[in-house]
Amino acid sequence: MNWELIIKWLPRIAEGAWLTLELVGIAVIAGLILAIPLGIARSSRHWYVRALPYGYIFFFRGTPLLVQLFLVYYGLAQFEAVREGPLWPFLRDAYWCAIVTLTLHTAAYIAEILRGAIQAIPPGEIEAARALGMSRWQALLYIILPRAARIGLPAYSNEVILMLKASALASTITLLELTGMSRTIIARTYQPVEIFFAAGVFYLVAAYVLVQGFRQLERRLRVDACQGR
Amino acid sequence: MTLDLYGFGPALAAGALMTIKLALSALSLGLILGLLGALAKTSPYKPLQWLGGGYSTLVRGVPELLWVLLIYFGTVSLLRSLGEWIGYPELELSAFAAGTIALGLCFGAYATEVFRGAILAIPKGHREAGQALGMSKPRILWRLILPQMWRIALPGLGNLFMILMKDTALISVIGLEEIMRRSQIAVTSSKEPFTFYLVAAFIYLSLTIVAMCGLYVLEKRAGRGFVRAVA
Repeated sequence: MNWELIIKWLPRIAEGAWLTLELVGIAVIAGLILAIPLGIARSSRHWYVRALPYGYIFFFRGTPLLVQLFLVYYGLAQFEAVREGPLWPFLRDAYWCAIVTLTLHTAAYIAEILRGAIQAIPPGEIEAARALGMSRWQALLYIILPRAARIGLPAYSNEVILMLKASALASTITLLELTGMSRTIIARTYQPVEIFFAAGVFYLVAAYVLVQGFRQLERRLRVDACQGR
Repeated sequence: MTLDLYGFGPALAAGALMTIKLALSALSLGLILGLLGALAKTSPYKPLQWLGGGYSTLVRGVPELLWVLLIYFGTVSLLRSLGEWIGYPELELSAFAAGTIALGLCFGAYATEVFRGAILAIPKGHREAGQALGMSKPRILWRLILPQMWRIALPGLGNLFMILMKDTALISVIGLEEIMRRSQIAVTSSKEPFTFYLVAAFIYLSLTIVAMCGLYVLEKRAGRGFVRAVA
């Protein structure tokens, strides 16, 4: 193992790692915001409310992220309307394409987590809220969502780790995040083992820090106190 | 609007076949690795536990794409020196072999956890009953643990297989001619990226649906003796 080589390129690798964290951070937060209405609609009683989020979730969970990235980054340019449209400066940029795709992708998974969490709430608690005179919206805002957030949090932390790893695919649309940066460095140094090893360590450390962070958050929200029902 | 594939239909079908082949060969490797990992993790020997735990933690913490690249590009010099040593200097990993190893490795790491959960879910009394009947350890594993584990692990393995099938798209990055690679080739000549990537997406969707149906049948078969007990 050539340690000098790793140390020499460490600043560039760290630069890539920063972009990776940025992509993942924006995607999982924007995805969560997008997933809340999707998840609520997905657990609706009426089939016509359920149908649209179901189709969305089915498409994004049933196809590879790579296909979705290529559809957005290369695919959209096929249409004249998109190229002439006001969003073209963003959709031309690999960075925004990656963020849009990762967000849409993770939103589908988070919506499904949220649906599972909402359906796992004991019906008696929702009935109790309604019996206390809360309106449907109040029950949703003060009882269902806070409760679902605690039930779904462990699964959400899994999803964040999965997104950390999925963000490596952004390197295929020319983005120089951790994996992309490593590939660029390797193209110059011809030392794949050392550089990929360093990148792998970065991913492991990031995953470890995220896991610990979520563990703290679970403690703060008293997730385990809510599980005994 | 009619769908015009510019004569790339057969190429895409061949790509789909390659995807299926790759998924199945990675599945076989991954099942073996997962089983070994779970047995190591549940064994009473500390070093084996560390080995199994280290394998699943390390592999699950690093992106699949990185494993694909590392195994394909990282083993070149290693295999060359190995090839020279055994007198066969052109020794190298094909994209298919590298893809099988990388995806099998990742599948195995997740399967380790699924199998471990299944092993732990089997009541202790069953193992003890086997011992009381004088069965040897491998025999208990083969006759008592594995057949029951299969039923418990199946839903988890099914999820992992769906993930594996979508991850086969990553192998296009190292040039294996599966669905994604074939679509890329079609795009360069037709200049219609959206059309072809959407077709690719629908091929993956239909593969997922077929796998879902297959799993439903398998789960029903595996749960034969249990259906009535639940209902």
